[in-house]
Amino acid sequence: MTSLKTASANAAAIVIEDGLLGDPVPLWKQTFKRLTRKRSGQVGLFLIGFMVLVAIFAPVIAPYDPNQVLIGIEQVKRRDPPCVHMFGCDVAKPQHIMGIDGNSRDVFSRLVYGSRISLMIGVVTVSVALITGVLLGSIAGYFGGWTDNVIMRCMDVILGFPSLLLAIAIVAVLGPGIVNALLAISVVSVPGYARVTRASVLSVKSQDFVAASRVLGGSKWRILFTRVLPNALTPIVVLATMGVASGILEAAGLSFLGLGAQPPTPEWGTMLGTEKDQMFSSPHLVFFPGIAIVITVLGFNLLGDGLRDALDPRLNS
Amino acid sequence: MLGYAIKRLLSAIPVLFGILVVTFSLARLIPGDPCKSMLGDKVSAATCAEFVRHFGLDQPIPVQFLYYLRDIAQGDFGNSIRFSRPVTQIIIERLPMTMELAILALIVATLAGIAIGIFAARRHNTAADVGTMALANVGIAMPIFWLGLMMAYVFGVMLKGTPLWLPPSGRLSAGLSSVPFYEVWHWELAKDTFGAKFLEFVSNFYIFNALITGNWIIFIDALRHMVLPALAVATIPMAVIARMTRSSLLDVLGRDYVRTARAKGVPDNKVVRRHALGNAMLPVVTILGLQMGALLSGAVLTETVFGLAGVGRMLVEAIFARDYPIVQAFTVMIATIYVVVNLIVDLSYTYLDPRVRPQ
Repeated sequence: MTSLKTASANAAAIVIEDGLLGDPVPLWKQTFKRLTRKRSGQVGLFLIGFMVLVAIFAPVIAPYDPNQVLIGIEQVKRRDPPCVHMFGCDVAKPQHIMGIDGNSRDVFSRLVYGSRISLMIGVVTVSVALITGVLLGSIAGYFGGWTDNVIMRCMDVILGFPSLLLAIAIVAVLGPGIVNALLAISVVSVPGYARVTRASVLSVKSQDFVAASRVLGGSKWRILFTRVLPNALTPIVVLATMGVASGILEAAGLSFLGLGAQPPTPEWGTMLGTEKDQMFSSPHLVFFPGIAIVITVLGFNLLGDGLRDALDPRLNS
Repeated sequence: MLGYAIKRLLSAIPVLFGILVVTFSLARLIPGDPCKSMLGDKVSAATCAEFVRHFGLDQPIPVQFLYYLRDIAQGDFGNSIRFSRPVTQIIIERLPMTMELAILALIVATLAGIAIGIFAARRHNTAADVGTMALANVGIAMPIFWLGLMMAYVFGVMLKGTPLWLPPSGRLSAGLSSVPFYEVWHWELAKDTFGAKFLEFVSNFYIFNALITGNWIIFIDALRHMVLPALAVATIPMAVIARMTRSSLLDVLGRDYVRTARAKGVPDNKVVRRHALGNAMLPVVTILGLQMGALLSGAVLTETVFGLAGVGRMLVEAIFARDYPIVQAFTVMIATIYVVVNLIVDLSYTYLDPRVRPQ
């Protein structure tokens, strides 16, 4: 009997928690709660939170200026391996936990400042691609007909290229540089957003509340932007989170090839690319930037996974 | 079936046409005077006029586009600026290496990915399952050029002197060279015919060439050189395939007909192999086609890491050398391969799944 009571109390608690009884809980709060219950969401949030903190407090964390050449200032040589006092490195030597790079700069400080660049790359590429893609996709989905056809066939052409290849071709035309690389990555990720938005808009626009708005005399654009689009955004949120990860990865690839951020920018891909020929003599110059990329990309991928589960309407009941 | 195949084939035409338009426009959007960028800054006005007339650059843009289409249809991609040789010849020399790498990586990714997926699905919610999927997540997050460099270091430097040592760069060991099968067999080839070019293309697949000529030293050596690059390229697709196989197999294993099979006493192994796996493979096939893009992009990045002379590395070098005919030709070529592979995957999907096969 008592167990039955607890069970029903539990059930009531769950119902209240999910906002069916009592005060309505906003969707984002529910989602966040569900997100933090899943392992992938927890780990993802933790990794991203860590990276964001590193980026914000970079000047506090980094022991050196990322572009400061240490020759003449300290007793260091080019490409010195890591020296950590805790692990038995000579205390007389200056501590560089990730070593010294080919231009005699502190790798750890560059890595710390690099987090700012990588997060910026991820957010900017996704924002540009998101706005363009959502606009194109919602117009295609809502208006249909030849508008739909023209927009989606153009998207098909972009999808006809392997994304990194098209990004490379675009950078080839615009010239190497971080801004052009960002632009190229944004362009190649637009079709993904357009497709998902279109599908989502198509399913929302046939619902009754949209018809009601139309009967009330709302203009097409007004209905699209105030009624349809807000209700079609859920799958796009997931895609955008994953998009940050792939944006960072692709930008690192372009920079590695020398087509993205140019030295002396402390971008992780650039750091890897400029030192790749020294791999066999100074592996630490390649190892650490790669780890930083893995952590950041993993964080956004896991968060995306967690969000997909948290936002899945089938799991909401 | 045939009707659908034709329809799907026709739907690829606008995409291919669009790819040609994009690559054509990219070349026209490049800032600067094409004559000066091709022949150098000190070129005379008369030479430039002749150059412009020769390449039809004085014609209206749509006419230029038609010329472009005509040239491509004839397999003529112009001459490389840097090497002063036909781009087509460079493709014949370089593309087989990249294809070899992509095919090997695809084989590794598919076999290993499916095996890992089945392994995880059959141990659903155990430590083995969680661990494998965590590894797959890390695999997807890894930049392959970094993974390639790390593997080159571990297998090429740290394991030097052990039997596990693998060559970290190049296609063949120093002192070895691949002899084309038509030379081994003393075939008399007419120069510069399509057939001769095609045989040259085929013979540049070193592993295949060594296999058919029975040259085991070259075969083993070429294969060993490909292990690290292929593993690096395969990592991301392998992780994606493993995740897909796992979730798809779990879905199928929960269906009623599988329960029925279990209820009538079919052994667990057989349930997975004979009853569930076939149906679980359908989404995996779709993913496979999409992974071709990752494989081709991966080849571009890994060739640079492992010092392999394929199209990917050539493309990057050409961008820095402003060798636009090569950039244009390679872009068209890789995109076409990508579209065609996805077409094949789509068609095979309809063949594999009777439900989407139109009657």
